[in-house]
Parts: sequence; structure tokens; C-alpha cells
Amino acid sequence: MSEVKLPGPERIHKFLRAEAFPHTFCLGCGHLLIMESTLVAIDELGLDIDKCVFASGIGCASWIPSPYFKADTLHTTHGRPIAFATGVKVANPDLNVFVISGDGDLASIGGNHLIHAARRGVDMTVICANNMIYGMTGGQLASTTPHGRFTATSPPPEGNPEKPFDLSRLVAAAGASFVARYFAPWKDKLVEAIKRGIKTAGFSFIEVISQCPTQYLRRNPAGEDTKPALGQHLFVDLKQAKSMTKEELEGKIVYGQFVPEEEGD
Amino acid sequence: MVPTKAKRRVIKSPLKSGVYFRQGNEACADGAILAGCRFYAGYPITPSSEIMIRIIRRFKEIKGGNFLQMEDEISSIAAVVGASWAGVKSMTATSGPGFSLMQENIGYAIMTETPCVVVDIQRVGPSTGQATRPAQGDFYQARFGSHGGFPLIALSPWSAQEMQDLTIRAFNLAEKYRVPVILLADQVVAHLYEKSEIPEEIEICDRYSGDGNPFGAMEDCLVPPMPRFGDGKKLLITGSTHDEIGIRCASSPVEQAKLGERFHAKLETAYDDIVEVEKSGEKDYDVLLVAFGISARTAYDAMFELNGDGVNTALFRLKTVWPFPERELKEAAERAKYVISCEMSHGLLVREVERVVCKDAVVDAALRYDGEAIEPSDIVKVVEKVLRK
Repeated sequence: MSEVKLPGPERIHKFLRAEAFPHTFCLGCGHLLIMESTLVAIDELGLDIDKCVFASGIGCASWIPSPYFKADTLHTTHGRPIAFATGVKVANPDLNVFVISGDGDLASIGGNHLIHAARRGVDMTVICANNMIYGMTGGQLASTTPHGRFTATSPPPEGNPEKPFDLSRLVAAAGASFVARYFAPWKDKLVEAIKRGIKTAGFSFIEVISQCPTQYLRRNPAGEDTKPALGQHLFVDLKQAKSMTKEELEGKIVYGQFVPEEEGD
Repeated sequence: MVPTKAKRRVIKSPLKSGVYFRQGNEACADGAILAGCRFYAGYPITPSSEIMIRIIRRFKEIKGGNFLQMEDEISSIAAVVGASWAGVKSMTATSGPGFSLMQENIGYAIMTETPCVVVDIQRVGPSTGQATRPAQGDFYQARFGSHGGFPLIALSPWSAQEMQDLTIRAFNLAEKYRVPVILLADQVVAHLYEKSEIPEEIEICDRYSGDGNPFGAMEDCLVPPMPRFGDGKKLLITGSTHDEIGIRCASSPVEQAKLGERFHAKLETAYDDIVEVEKSGEKDYDVLLVAFGISARTAYDAMFELNGDGVNTALFRLKTVWPFPERELKEAAERAKYVISCEMSHGLLVREVERVVCKDAVVDAALRYDGEAIEPSDIVKVVEKVLRK
């Protein structure tokens, strides 16, 4: 077999199952960056990978840990990885339990488990790769798709008639111990947030806005006079957002650490 | 080929042995404790809730075990499967609507070969039906409820004692064959208070965790070894079709056929160990009553009544419901003129009976489907009608 190039810095390659590569993510997909940041965070904290369990559900993001992580992985039914992970953690509290899955999996079909796990406070780190669309099944409307955006099931000219979930605020309200939201390309911020999430006892939720070039950006192209449907320009820092009006925040994505609120806020 | 490599051992009862006056559901919870169940996740539902109430008390008494009241039945069975991979014997209990909700993850347990026990206290359906009334309408759902049609094991108790004993057996079979086991009880047996006993010693089985691929046949056994999370085995567990290691083969006809064939073959190889039936009544009989659960207890009474009336009758009771005890039933039916299925549904068990008995005897059914427990007279009436024909 010819040498397959593994993604990310060399320090994480020991955590990757080389025989599962080349990976199946589309060109430009944000999920690879999430894979990289998660494993860098684990390496920087010096966790024993053999004591880590990675649960995921169904959808593109569920492939981040399974089959690519050379560790214990639990690729579950659609929407249920948090519930499976709850059983794992409670049955053996010595294990470091992660859930890495998408917005459709965790927040739509699995939404009830998400809020209840946040309330219950079982010690786990949940990384939600939020690409705001159903990627694997062909670009259908998600509960996180912004209002007016085009998907296979919210076609032009009207686009999405519904309002999206603000996942981080939802999980924060449900009682999570740690909640943060960042953009997939912001590796340093993301690694730091994942590390904090792991170190926080209780339910940690890191929402990562992840670009989906194939299903989301292709359906919502940047016109001559408009900016891309997803990019740095949409993000507003949590502190800055506090001084902005509701109208000014329309269509923006607020990022930062929501729980616990950082000092100086 | 050996059917299993699971180890048996005899343990001293962790609960006080002796004679108890217990409800069926309480005996079921005690049975789980005796079998080594140390994780329970569930959602309240009538008529099964006494199991969760009893088991959390028992966990506190033995200072072990973890209990979770989950947000629904879907997450309950999910947590049970997760806990099983963490190396802990696990169970959930439910009824009708909850059992329906669990079906997808029961299929996941079949696909991932996860030992676990699911108790279904059957009540009247469809839908909410009658929450407090008995039925046996989940006979096929237990076996075919999850999509795909792959096999599992289902046992059916007829007394408080068997609520305990068959729960222990359910755990042992789950560990031996890495398969979810359904305890298919009903509201009457579940709520029956009667004398039952906790023995001083219990034989239990523990899953085999030796070397080998976790999802492939071994040289001499079709049940692969099962390591647990944290053992450093870097497990790949998936509900997708997978190879012997666990790598997804989502479009390989070879791997799909291999996996499905082994799922069937491992239970067929173990048929004699899994299938348990009980015959009672006359040695020479014209009428054979076939039943499970509380209907079998009613049929037992009806059998005496019929024998008293000069109708030579025997009872064939299924303690194992799935795999269906077809060899035993066929043999028993060959000696009968009439085979009568006694059940609390619109006629489910009778379909299996007809399939197996075929033309060896006349098949009919005594059915009760109004939410009342079937009575001996319901059965006697049908037998009399059949004899008159």
C-alpha cells in the first residue's frame, strides 16, 4: 500500500488509524479541522488515548472519530451518541468520554438527549460540528440553517422559512458546565476551548461552526454584491455583541465562551 | 464448534437467600442483581415501573451498581448498550409503547453483538391502549420489531419465581451469545404477588474477553470475544455493516452476507442451550395446548379441567419464545389430533404453531383480547368446539 498522507500536524498522527485513510471528507470541509483541533487538544493535555472513548452518531461529522481515531469509538444510531456515552461514563467513570457529531444528529433528532445531558451534568465533552445543513443526505434543511438560506428542502426563492436554534445558548440554558462556540478554521481558539471543555467537570459543549462547501456554500453562493454565506465576516465576539442591537446582530454568529462567563464580562 | 466460550461460575447470592412474598416485577429486579447486573437505565412506564423502583433500592443495599432515569426509552436502551461496552452487565425494562421506541437500538445491540437484557411487560395495544391491562401482542415484535429481521433471544416467565430465574437466564444467555435478550413478560405475571425463593448460590456467566477480533468468528466458536472500553483494544463499534475488526463496509455484499449468516448461525449452533420448553399433562393426548406466560398458567388449569372431562390433554409451554422451539413443538404435535394455541392477542402465536405443526394436527386458537387475563373457560370452550366439529 502506498503511503497515505495523514491530515494535521505530525503530533496527532499517532492518534489516527492510518489504514482508514484517505478520508472521505469533501475538499474544503471544516470537519477535518475539527478532527485536528480535537486531537491537538488531547495531545497537549497528555490524555491517555486508551482511556478515551469517542461516541458519534450518523452524518458526516460522525466520521470524524469513527473510523479515523485510533482509539475506542462508538458509532451509534442517529441522534443518540450522547445517550450511549452517558451509559459508558456512568458505568466506568475512569474513562474520558467524548461525543463528536453534527448539528442534525445532536440538535434535531437528538435534541432531547442534548438538553437532558446538559441538565444531568454527566462528565463528558461534546463537540458539535455545526455545518447548518444535512450534508450526507443531500443538503436538506437543518434546525440550525439560518432563516432564508437555501437548502434542498428550502429552495429558492423563499429559502428557509424557519428560525434556527442558537445551540450554544440552548445548551447553556439547559445547565451545561462549559459552553463555547468558534469557527472551525480558528485552530488556536478551538484547541483552547476543547482543552477547557475537557478539564471542566460536568457537561461541556463546544459548538464548532463548520463550513460545508458541497451542500451549503454551493447552494448559497456569494453574488457579486454579497459576501459568502459563511465566513469570518459573520462572526461577532461575545463581548462586542453585548453592545449591539438585535437588528445589528441579525444574521451574525456570536462566538466566544458562553459558560462559564469569562472574567471581566 | 463450541456454542460459547463464556465462563460459568457459581456465586453466593448477594441478596439474602430464603423464601419471599414478592411481586413478579420485584423478583425480576432481584434476578438482575443475582445475575450480576450493575447498570440500569430506564424510563417510567406502567406496568413495568416497579422493576426500576426495586433495582435502585437493591443497588443501594449492595452498595454497587449505577441507576439512571433517562429522558425516554430510546436513551435508556442506548445507555444500557454503552454501559455494556464499558464492561458492566446492564438492563432496562419497559412496556408496549416504550418497547416500540427501543426497537432501533435493540437492532443496534444485535448488530454490535452487545449483551444486554430488555424486559417488556406486555400490555394492551395498539398505541397507549390500556396501560394497566395484560396482553401478549408483542410476540412478533420481540423477534421482528427492529428492522432487518435478525434474530435475538426472548424468554417468557409464568410466575414470580420465573420472573427472577428467567431474568438470571436472560443475562447468562446474553453474555454467552453476545445478543440482546428480551424477557417477554405480561402485566399479570409482572404484578402477581406470590411465594418465591432466592437461592443461596447462583450460576452466572461472564462474557469471553480473550484474544481475537471482536466481530468475527473464531476457529472453534461463532461468538467473538468482547473486550471493553479502556482495555487499549481501540475498538471500532458501529451499527453499520462491518468487518471482523469493526471497520465499516457499508456497501460490501461479502461482509453483509457473512455478518448476517453468523448472527443466525451462532444462535442455531446454541439452539439446544437456548431453547427451553416444559411439557405437562397426559403422556397420550389428543389435545395439545400451546402457550407462554400467564396464558400457559391458565392453560395448565384448563388442561386439568379437560382431563377431568375425559379429554386427554397435554400442555406445551414455551419458556423460550424466540428462537421458536419448533423441533420440540413438532415432535409434541405429532402425537396430537388437535393443537390449540392459547394467547392474549388476536392470534399471533397460532401463526407460528400453524407453520410448525403444519398438517400433523388440526390447529385452532383460544384467544382473549379484551384486556382481561385469559381464563380456563376461554380455552375449554374452544377445545369443546373443536372436538364437536
